[in-house]
Amino acid sequence: MEDIEHIEKEIQLVDANGRRLDGRALDELRPIKIEAGVLRRADGSAHVQWGGNRVLAAVYGPREAHPRHLQNPVRALVQCRYNMAPFSVSDRKRPGPDRRSVEISKVTSEAFQAVVFTEQFPRTSIDVFIEVLQAEAGTRCAGITAAAVALADAGIPMRDLVVACASGKIAGQIALDLNKEEDNFGDADCPMAVVPRTGEVVLLQMDGHLTDDEFDRAMKLSMGAAQTIYEMQKDALRRRYAVTAMDVGPEPAGVSA
Amino acid sequence: MTSEVISELMREHIVKLVASGKRGDGRVPEELRPLTIQKNYIGTAEGSARVHLGNTDVLVGVKISTGEPYPDTPTSGVLTTSVELVPMASPTFESGPPRPEAIELARVVDRGIRETKTVDMSKLVITPGEKVWVVFIDIHALDYDGNLFDAASYGTLAALSCAKMPGKMTGGVDKPLPVDHWPVSVTAAKIRNTIVFDPQLDEEQIADARLTVAIDENGDIRAMQKGLSGSFSYDEIRYVISTARRLGNAVRETIKA
Repeated sequence: MEDIEHIEKEIQLVDANGRRLDGRALDELRPIKIEAGVLRRADGSAHVQWGGNRVLAAVYGPREAHPRHLQNPVRALVQCRYNMAPFSVSDRKRPGPDRRSVEISKVTSEAFQAVVFTEQFPRTSIDVFIEVLQAEAGTRCAGITAAAVALADAGIPMRDLVVACASGKIAGQIALDLNKEEDNFGDADCPMAVVPRTGEVVLLQMDGHLTDDEFDRAMKLSMGAAQTIYEMQKDALRRRYAVTAMDVGPEPAGVSA
Repeated sequence: MTSEVISELMREHIVKLVASGKRGDGRVPEELRPLTIQKNYIGTAEGSARVHLGNTDVLVGVKISTGEPYPDTPTSGVLTTSVELVPMASPTFESGPPRPEAIELARVVDRGIRETKTVDMSKLVITPGEKVWVVFIDIHALDYDGNLFDAASYGTLAALSCAKMPGKMTGGVDKPLPVDHWPVSVTAAKIRNTIVFDPQLDEEQIADARLTVAIDENGDIRAMQKGLSGSFSYDEIRYVISTARRLGNAVRETIKA
C-alpha cells in the first residue's frame, strides 16, 4: 500500500495544460474503431478497438434455452458471457470465469434485457459472447459497445443500440474514458451504459470517491461521449449493410426510369 | 466438437462430391484452404498470431514469465498448452470447463511442439533448479469452420517464432524465444473411402476417420493422432504421411515469413 501511494505521488496523471499521460484532453475519448460482421459462424458479430483494448462480440440466437428450466414461457433470455483471453493482460489470466467476469456478465446481460424485445421470442435464449483479446482498462464498456453492434448484426429486434463509456476522477479532476494508469492510480471510475435515443441508463457501476457535483460532471461527460460512440456504431452497421450501385449491378437493358 | 446436425441430403451430396474427386468449395482432395497469418496481433502477449485457414479463425497468444522448474526436470524450462473452444466460435461450443475435444486438441498441438524440440527447453533455464522461463501457449478458437488441429498448430508455431523472453523479468534485455524446429501438421479426413486434406466443417462432420501428422523440416514424422470411430489401412496412412510432407512445405514457408 505504501508503495502504491509512493507511485501515485510520482505519476502526474494530468499536466499543467490539462493534458493526460497519453496526450488526451480531459473530455477526450481514446481512438475507437468498430467493425460489424467479422465472424462467419456467429449469427452476428462485431470487433471493437478502443485504445489498447481489442474486443470481439458474437451473438447466437434466438435459440432454444439451455438448461430448459431457465426457459421463460413469455420472453427470451439475454445471456451474456464476458471472458478474458489468458494473453489479454500482462500477467497471464487463468482461463475460465472468475468472480469479476461473472459479475460483469450479469450486469451486461441485464443491460441488454432492457432494450431487446424479448417478448417476441418466448422460451428462447439470445446468447451474447464477449471475448476480450487485449485489455487496457475499459474492457466492459468496449465489450458492451461491441455486443450492441453484434446484436444488431444478428438482426435481433431492439429499442435502440446500447453504448457504454466510463468517466472517472484523476488527479482531482473529472475525466472521460480512463486508461490503464488512470484506472490504477486515479480516484474514481464510473462505467455506465446508456440507451442513446432516450438517455436511459442501463448499467451503472462506480468505485472510488466522488462528490455529488463530480458525479454530475462525470455523468454528463459519459452521456456526451455516448452520442459520439453511437454514431460510430451506426456507421459500422451502415458500412456492413450499405448496398452500392456496384453491388446491385447495372439496370437491365430496356428499362428506363 | 462435431455434434451439429447435418441433413441426410447434404451428407449424401458431400459423399458423392468427394468420391468424384471434388469438394464443396472447389478444392481438389490434396489441397489446403488459403492460409493467412498475422504475427504479433496482441500487444499484451509476448508472442501471438492470428490465423485464418479458410474461414477457420484462431488466435494464439504466448505468455512468458519466470518461475520454478518441475522438481524432476530442474534444467528444463516449462511449457504449457491450453485451448479454449469459446462458445463464440460455434453454436455447438459451450462455456464451462474444457471438454475432451479441447483437451485432445491442446495435447496434440503440445506434442507437435514438444516432441520436435521446437523450443529447446534447456535454453530456458535461468538458474538450474531454481528459476526458469515458463511459457504458456493459449489457443483461442474464434470461428470454427473445420480443422482446428492444423489452424491451432500453425498459430502456435507462428506465435512462438515471434515471441520474446521479457528482459525486465531478469534485469536484462528482451531476447527472442529460441525456435529451432518447424513441425507442420497436416490433417486428413476419410469420408467413406476417400481421403481429403484440411477438411472444412461439413466434411469433418461426416468424416469416418481423421489423421493428423506433424512433419519436421527434415521430412521426419514428429507426431500423429488418429481420431473418430473409422479406420485407416496401412497404405492409406502411408499416403497421408507422404502427402502431408509435400503439403506441409508450403505451409512452413508461410509460417516462417
